[in-house]
Amino acid sequence: MKTHHALRALHGILQREMLRTLRQRARLFSAMVRPLVWLTIFAAGFRSVLGLSITPPYQTYVLYEVYVVPGLAAMMLLFHAMASSLAMVYDREMGSMRLLLTAPLPRWYLLAARLLASVIVGLPLVYLFLFVARFWDVRPPILGYVAVFPALVLSGLMLGAFGLLVSSISTQMENFAGVMNFVIFPMFFASTALYPIWRLAEAGPVLATIAAWNPFSSAVELIRFALYLRFDVVSMLVVVACLVVFFLAAMVGYDPGRGLWSRRGGEG
Amino acid sequence: MNALSVEDLGHSFGNRRVLQGVSFAVAEGRMCILLGRNGAGKTTLFSLITGLYHARAGSVHVFGQAMEANPSAALAQMGIVFQLPTLDLDLTVGENLRYHAALHGLPTDLSKERSREELSRLGVLDRIDHPARALSGGQRRRVEIARALMHGPRLLLLDEPTAGLDVPGRRALERHVRELCRERGIAVVWATHFLEEVGADDDIVVLHQGRVRWAGRADRISPELGVESIAEAFASLTGSP
Repeated sequence: MKTHHALRALHGILQREMLRTLRQRARLFSAMVRPLVWLTIFAAGFRSVLGLSITPPYQTYVLYEVYVVPGLAAMMLLFHAMASSLAMVYDREMGSMRLLLTAPLPRWYLLAARLLASVIVGLPLVYLFLFVARFWDVRPPILGYVAVFPALVLSGLMLGAFGLLVSSISTQMENFAGVMNFVIFPMFFASTALYPIWRLAEAGPVLATIAAWNPFSSAVELIRFALYLRFDVVSMLVVVACLVVFFLAAMVGYDPGRGLWSRRGGEG
Repeated sequence: MNALSVEDLGHSFGNRRVLQGVSFAVAEGRMCILLGRNGAGKTTLFSLITGLYHARAGSVHVFGQAMEANPSAALAQMGIVFQLPTLDLDLTVGENLRYHAALHGLPTDLSKERSREELSRLGVLDRIDHPARALSGGQRRRVEIARALMHGPRLLLLDEPTAGLDVPGRRALERHVRELCRERGIAVVWATHFLEEVGADDDIVVLHQGRVRWAGRADRISPELGVESIAEAFASLTGSP
């Protein structure tokens, strides 16, 4: 694989992702509005009923809005990853995935480039949300916006790799309703995005254990700590390990010798 | 050297065997018509030739490069037009071509120049800034052929490229591809079930129920089988009326 060829392909894939995203205005709009609706309605309701003790990385009592914003940023990455995964299944059904997979570059590289491009395209929206959240008095240190960048990239890659894995085993777009109900929603709700672990433990130790093992919780905590200039080593290790496992599993799904197409064929 | 060599290729999906012992070769600069009814295995064969998935048995070589061992080198020589339209409908025609060029490592300037050149040759240059969604079926096919030629392939594969086109559209497309074959010396594999798309000077491979029933020059098939026409020969090879 020649470096200049690989870079041009990455540039092409990134450009395509950007153009597609910019032209799908309804998707852009809903991606931005979704976390704001949560912040405005959900957080306002919970603020009055949910007390928060001092929970790291916060060094004092914080408003519920402050607690929930990193979780909502992670939620944006999760939904973006799933939208990207859905787009891959759509591309496969419509045939345009074939164009990518028959490019003269290693398949792992093409899929990694697509994954990276998807994360890069999703990040500006997350930053926009984090800045808009300042109007809700969620004001992390300015340097936190810089420190959170690698945390957002890593979390986005991990969730994107999970989406890639889902797309590699999903045969039809219709299956995505099931994915949303049985994977995405449990992943989001059984995590530390909305409540701290100790709150979940009060509801039930099983739920707290699930949340503690949920890789989405690690993504949330990595973002939360980075935003307040702290480094959560365990969360980072979990996110990196899950990224590697999900990506390798997705590669098996897209492998020309063992993957879905090889077993079931394309259109005949 | 052959542009394409397919040797003893076999594939199955679960217990369903779709290709068995498929062998044929396409010489440089030749037009090869892959003839078969729907379900004969043409699309699966295309998927194996293009490396979308690996065959359970046999091998594919493109200009001497083994698809399984060195897919990038083999794919770099190939231009592909799939049976399903693969244009990105959210992008313009020019953006679709430049995306393909980037995947093949072409620099931006060359990519812009080539896209104008190829679209002009296929008579759709005026559509370069139009969204792919706005094109007719025939225009989309021509754009797909232009895109497949962007990186200067030496082997062009077309899987039922005239499906869904009206008769004048089919004739025009066939004429364009024959010109390419003649003028640029590109080897072409054209899969179809329309017998009228076979030219007397073409090579043909008749595929039926996953096996090659006959392969050779089109003008040899009727005398060899002792029938009057290609249509009769095809009918006798595929056991159809």
